[in-house]
Amino acid sequence: MRTWLHRLDVKASPYAYVTPFFVVFAALGAFPLAYTAWVSLHRWSLLASDHEFTGLANYRALLADGFFWNALANTASIWVLSTVPQLVFALLLAHILNNRLRGETFWRTGILLPNITSVVAVAVIFGQLFGRDYGLVNWVLSLFGAGYVDWQAGTASSQIAISAMVIWRWTGYNALIYLAAMQAVPHSLHEAAMLDGASSLQRLVKITIPAIRPTIIFTVIVSTIGGMQLLAEPLVFGTGGLTGGSDRQFQTLSLYLYEVGFGRFDFGYASATAWIMFLIIVLASAVNYLVVRRIRSA
Amino acid sequence: MAVVATERTQSHPGRTGSVRHRPRRVRPIRLRRVGRLTYLSLTAVVFFSAFPLYWSVVVASLDNSAMGRVPPPLLPGGHLVENIQRVFTTVPFGLALINSLVVAATITVSVVLTSTLTGFAFAKLRFRGRSGLYLAVIATMMVPTQLGIIPLYLLMVKLGLTGTLYAVIAPSLVSAFGVFFMTQYLAQAVPTELLEAGRVDGCTTWGLFWHVILPIARPAAAVLGMLTFMNAWNDFFWPLVVLTPENPTVQVALSGIASGYVTDYALTLTGTALATVPLVVVFALLGRHIIRGIMQGAIKG
Repeated sequence: MRTWLHRLDVKASPYAYVTPFFVVFAALGAFPLAYTAWVSLHRWSLLASDHEFTGLANYRALLADGFFWNALANTASIWVLSTVPQLVFALLLAHILNNRLRGETFWRTGILLPNITSVVAVAVIFGQLFGRDYGLVNWVLSLFGAGYVDWQAGTASSQIAISAMVIWRWTGYNALIYLAAMQAVPHSLHEAAMLDGASSLQRLVKITIPAIRPTIIFTVIVSTIGGMQLLAEPLVFGTGGLTGGSDRQFQTLSLYLYEVGFGRFDFGYASATAWIMFLIIVLASAVNYLVVRRIRSA
Repeated sequence: MAVVATERTQSHPGRTGSVRHRPRRVRPIRLRRVGRLTYLSLTAVVFFSAFPLYWSVVVASLDNSAMGRVPPPLLPGGHLVENIQRVFTTVPFGLALINSLVVAATITVSVVLTSTLTGFAFAKLRFRGRSGLYLAVIATMMVPTQLGIIPLYLLMVKLGLTGTLYAVIAPSLVSAFGVFFMTQYLAQAVPTELLEAGRVDGCTTWGLFWHVILPIARPAAAVLGMLTFMNAWNDFFWPLVVLTPENPTVQVALSGIASGYVTDYALTLTGTALATVPLVVVFALLGRHIIRGIMQGAIKG
């Protein structure tokens, strides 16, 4: 009896430990994701009780939808505007932090501070900073003789403002990720380079960046996924409007999904949008995987 | 320089004694003195990191007429209390704070518990299908579950849970990242011999979890708990969809104040400061643990 119980414990109990996670995850994580595909094949609104099967009609309509392409283009350009400076700053910052510093913890805490601020708070504060009349950014620009910019009105200016929010919130976080990777780079490489008279910047470009390339690609992918999720920034910057500005000049894909799903309650169409976003993420992750594998084997 | 470093290492033999401390590596390069320019640029970065938060407090203490002054007021004024009162009368901010606290605390406890349990099984137990299931966890980690937001909403409508905190809490009760994090930690922190010894002494699997795993898991569980709490506190999309303005979380209430044709900056930034300050205080106290968690996660990720 005791050996039987023991065997049961060893063989079966592992499943008991993983069950709570997988039950909740299957019901409220994986299932909704898969069911989105099913909903996307229907004409499905909140009020109608029957949901007509329409095949790929939602997808066909989406691909012909100017607002969708506009949101996709905005998401892409905001992604470039925010990711490139963010990762360059983060690399430089990590390179500086990778020195022997006094007050190491203070600096690290300081640069991570923006990351604990909620996206809504960031959007509210930056909405004020980039305000047309009383905004601090315009005041600083006026000190240099520049005229007042109506940040929200223009396509480029509004997207720059939104990118600034993303850059502010994520640079420190990425710098810490890079710093962790940099600390694993053998110091003998740096030492040898210094003996050869390499400058700090040369060491960053010639030694550190190649060595931490997989980490850099990882952060690029994470920021792609983050870019797909940009919602609070354009929503709050447009003072609650679902269209992302009067000409949709800063509407992102997530905001468009929100507008279609919870402004128009067109769930079938919104699900098609979600599914396309999912495919983009899968594609980006696959590219990431292939690139990292090539680097590892090279 | 290398000689100096070696001497330093040897002069602290006690440092490498405990299990959690990694032995100090020899880092001659870190002994190089850095110039003033380094500290100057770091100061500038920290200034830019902190300024927007400081600015929210400044605006929160002004009345709206002061906003138009040139140059803009850079020091706090005397209207903070009045603005706070206005926040609480404009939106149910007290309720929002309590709601956020309940939501974030429940999610944190649940995520830490389920992640530790599941992580224990993945890291230290052998069972059929283990690697397949673990791969599933890793694969889903990259996909934001909010893409399933439409069926999730339909589900909550069907269950009659829209507008309640249950709807906000339920989807976040478990976290793939949490499982990954705890699995990685327990795999390297718990010596397998210790578990084998426990088995020989007649410990059941649950006994091993309770007496061996839990005490060792504590530091990682604390880090995971803090990260989870902050994420839950700051979560926005799903609560915005499923809650009403009458029963909001802090973030939903905040977005409510910020919407409208005329933005009342003193009001919105007071709300922002109120929502952010508690987190900043916690962060100032526990920040180094959070930083360690992020950097550890990065190495393994």
